[in-house]
Amino acid sequence: MDDQNTDVIQGTLDMLILKTLSLEPMHGFGIARRVEQISRGVFKVNPGSLLTALQRLERAGWLDAEWRQTENSRRAKFYSLTRAGKKQLEVETADWTRRASAIARLLKAEAEG
Amino acid sequence: MSVWRQLTRGLRVLANRNQADQDIADEARHYLEQTAEALMKEGLSPEEARRTARLGLGNIQEQVRDYGWENLISTTAADVRYAFRRLRKNPGFTAVCAFTLALGIGASTAIFSVVNPILFESLPYPQAPRIMMIWDISDGSRADVTFHSFRELQARSRSFDALAVMELWTPTIAGGAHPERFEGQSVSAGYFRVLGVQPALGRDFKESEDRFKVPHVVILSDALWKRNFGANGAIIGSQVNLDGNLYTVIGVMPKGFENVLAPSAELWSPLRYDVGNVTDFTSQAWGHHLHMVGRLRSGIGPAQAKRELDTIGLHPLVEFPRPPFASLKSGLIVQPLQGEVTREVKPALLAVLGAVLLVLLIACVNVTNLLLARGLQRRGEFAMRVALGAARSRLLRQLLTESFLLAIVGGALGMVVAGVGVRALVALSPSGLPRVDAISMDGPVFAFAFGSSALIGLLVGLVPALRAFRSDLAAGIQESSRRTAGGHNFTRGALVVSEVALALVLLVGAGLLIRSLQHLFAIPPGFDSSRVISMWVQESGHRFDDDKSSRRFFAQALEAVRRVPGVRSAAFTSLLPLSREQLTTYGASLENGGAFHNVFRYVVTPGYFETMSIPLLRGRLLDQRDVAGAQPAALISESLAKAGFPGQDPIGKRLHVGPSDRPWFVVAGVVGDVKQTSLADVEPHAVYLTPEQSWFADQEMSLVVRTRDEGTGLASASKNAVWSIDKDQPIVRIATMDSLLAASESQRRFALIVFQAFALVALVLAATGIFGVLSGNVNERAREIGVRSALGASRGDIVRLVVRQAVTLGGLGVVIGLAGAAFATKALTTLLFGVSLLDPVTYCGVIALMLAVSALAAWLPAWRAARVDPSITLRAE
Repeated sequence: MDDQNTDVIQGTLDMLILKTLSLEPMHGFGIARRVEQISRGVFKVNPGSLLTALQRLERAGWLDAEWRQTENSRRAKFYSLTRAGKKQLEVETADWTRRASAIARLLKAEAEG
Repeated sequence: MSVWRQLTRGLRVLANRNQADQDIADEARHYLEQTAEALMKEGLSPEEARRTARLGLGNIQEQVRDYGWENLISTTAADVRYAFRRLRKNPGFTAVCAFTLALGIGASTAIFSVVNPILFESLPYPQAPRIMMIWDISDGSRADVTFHSFRELQARSRSFDALAVMELWTPTIAGGAHPERFEGQSVSAGYFRVLGVQPALGRDFKESEDRFKVPHVVILSDALWKRNFGANGAIIGSQVNLDGNLYTVIGVMPKGFENVLAPSAELWSPLRYDVGNVTDFTSQAWGHHLHMVGRLRSGIGPAQAKRELDTIGLHPLVEFPRPPFASLKSGLIVQPLQGEVTREVKPALLAVLGAVLLVLLIACVNVTNLLLARGLQRRGEFAMRVALGAARSRLLRQLLTESFLLAIVGGALGMVVAGVGVRALVALSPSGLPRVDAISMDGPVFAFAFGSSALIGLLVGLVPALRAFRSDLAAGIQESSRRTAGGHNFTRGALVVSEVALALVLLVGAGLLIRSLQHLFAIPPGFDSSRVISMWVQESGHRFDDDKSSRRFFAQALEAVRRVPGVRSAAFTSLLPLSREQLTTYGASLENGGAFHNVFRYVVTPGYFETMSIPLLRGRLLDQRDVAGAQPAALISESLAKAGFPGQDPIGKRLHVGPSDRPWFVVAGVVGDVKQTSLADVEPHAVYLTPEQSWFADQEMSLVVRTRDEGTGLASASKNAVWSIDKDQPIVRIATMDSLLAASESQRRFALIVFQAFALVALVLAATGIFGVLSGNVNERAREIGVRSALGASRGDIVRLVVRQAVTLGGLGVVIGLAGAAFATKALTTLLFGVSLLDPVTYCGVIALMLAVSALAAWLPAWRAARVDPSITLRAE
């Protein structure tokens, strides 16, 4: 179990963040937790990569960021999806589905042949 | 939108770095706390949870901080600050590097600023590449065009928007204390349309103004208009007196108009040829003395235009009769103007450009070597920083920043060197260098200097930087003693070898040029140049319209000059050897049927041969007997005697020079050959006549004066003697024959001086390179040397050890350099004279010099090595 690869598939981190934030605004740790939970521990998010990605997505105009008080009255940076971010999520989701199904077909063909 | 966001967010971070850092720190801490909290819920103790969380997170703050373009700026700024501090801390090192680079960059920038406007920039005319120069072909080589050929081509060709011909014109304004002579051009009406430049004031020539005997008109240059006419706009339509004729000023050319075909021309006037009798083949309009230019129609290439002109040449029409000497049967030459005006100087300029690139390369190698040596001393520092978590890319960037900064400092100093260099180059430049006025430190030159500095900065830094990381950094920390240095010495040795090789190429080039000039100046010019002064005397005004008064003036002037005390002898000649004046050649046909197309016609007064010390080989010289009514007599050159009358005595034989419908000239004597255009050339044959017996009177003659003593004090006395006859005749180009002789090889001399200077610099740089490597080596091997001397090696043995290394490096460099030189000197071929590209004397001399310098560079390190005290070095370990 320990040896199993839990890295997020390269190039999909942005999509996972956008998808997670499409449900509700969240802070960095929340996003990481949600990704791990929903993937049932298949993906573990590297904190450094996550926070850098958040910076990048914000710069790209896909996320808005806002400092808020959390329920236990701490300062935390909450991210939410912008309109451009929603569009980007659709693009990335479509792209991913197309590629994933192509890979699935290939693997299936391999198994049959 | 996104770019805008990038920009504003980045600027916000830059403006408030602390707030941004605080935000990142807060976000990271929040993440950490949440992680720890989650771990605690899984049952870990608070301390353990915090520890695990911290380990899992790593240094995320640093990672997140690096994101964004603004961080590149701030880290670069930090790098630059650090690099400045380091350079300041090592002033000696910095000075040597910066000075070496300044030399290389400065020299290249200077050469570039000379070469760029001449060879690379297009000429200062609209659509300049469409301007062509067109030549007739005579005896297989290019020749000037006749006016009638021009008229035919202009009427029949469809490839050109405009065609024009021109020749030099030197009018004089008389009446003042001294006559003022101007340089100008006689042009056909379309000249300025070919160049694509129109007068700024007034108008261009009309075709109707380029006809025989129509009133004179003239266009002035901006400079002349300002200098002589007070920049008065009312000049248009007024008249000026030139050579006794009234010219109406119709235009003034724009300021900054560059006339590359005759850079010193200041006024222009139509040719006004008499084209009435086309079949009079002896008329001036049939003389080969016009340069021809044309502006190609758009979409038509030079090759296409040439094909059309060749076709016209092959198909004469009855309405355009042609004499055999301008038959156009061999076609015409059509070449871009840019190539034509730079044709003569191109070989020298390219050679010099190649030489300076070698110097630049050597300078770079030298600095690379110095940086490499310093990189070795800093290995400990780098190892420590990597161990403390610095990324290697970050260190690499910092090293490159240092070398970049060094190069920029070098480049800035180099601009000073270049400023001095450009002035020196222009002063040294060979006569006939086109576009001299366009040579300046302008935008492209600064761009070149900065671009090359930046590139050099990266290049010289790259090798040492990569070198610093290739070696095991962990070993760098442990290694405090200098016992091993093998790998680095190999790189440094290789660099020194390449330096020696490059320097050798330059030395060979300089050597070959020195030998060429030696050979050239060993060639007898055919006359004795010492103690001879010359000046150009021109007749101006209508009183010389008849040949008699023209000849009388020269005869009287000569008498007056001969009376000047200190003058041994004096004479006039229509052609002055090695004076670079425009030359006209004539056809000659011999009684025995022999014919020569290109013969020089020297019209000389008796006494010319004594004055110039041209030897009489047979027969008699021209003298008082050879006057108008007498039997026409001619002297011929030795080469003509051999070629025209092989195995016979030419004395008494007859020949025609120029028009063949006149009485024969009888050969009275044979004189030695004289170099007319250049020492290197095989000259055309020559015929000498007296002014009275020539078929036309020359209105411009060169006065030659042989003085009794050294010194040119007699030049002004001779000038005043001429003016005592007529004070309105201009006298220009006063020069000693010695200086003309030297100037005739100014192109090679220019290349030689530059090569010598560069070769010297290269030699010094190579020597310091060898010196640097050896002294570094001696330091590193101090322990080994100590052991050797402790074991009984004598001082001589130690010296030999070091010198052997120097000679090995030098020898290797020489071998590689020889191969390079044999290849590279091919570029010098056209500049060489009388030496083969593999001249053994040059090669042996250069090799000996290089090895001697290598040994010399090793002397100080060897001496230091010999004084190594074994007891001290061994105890130091």
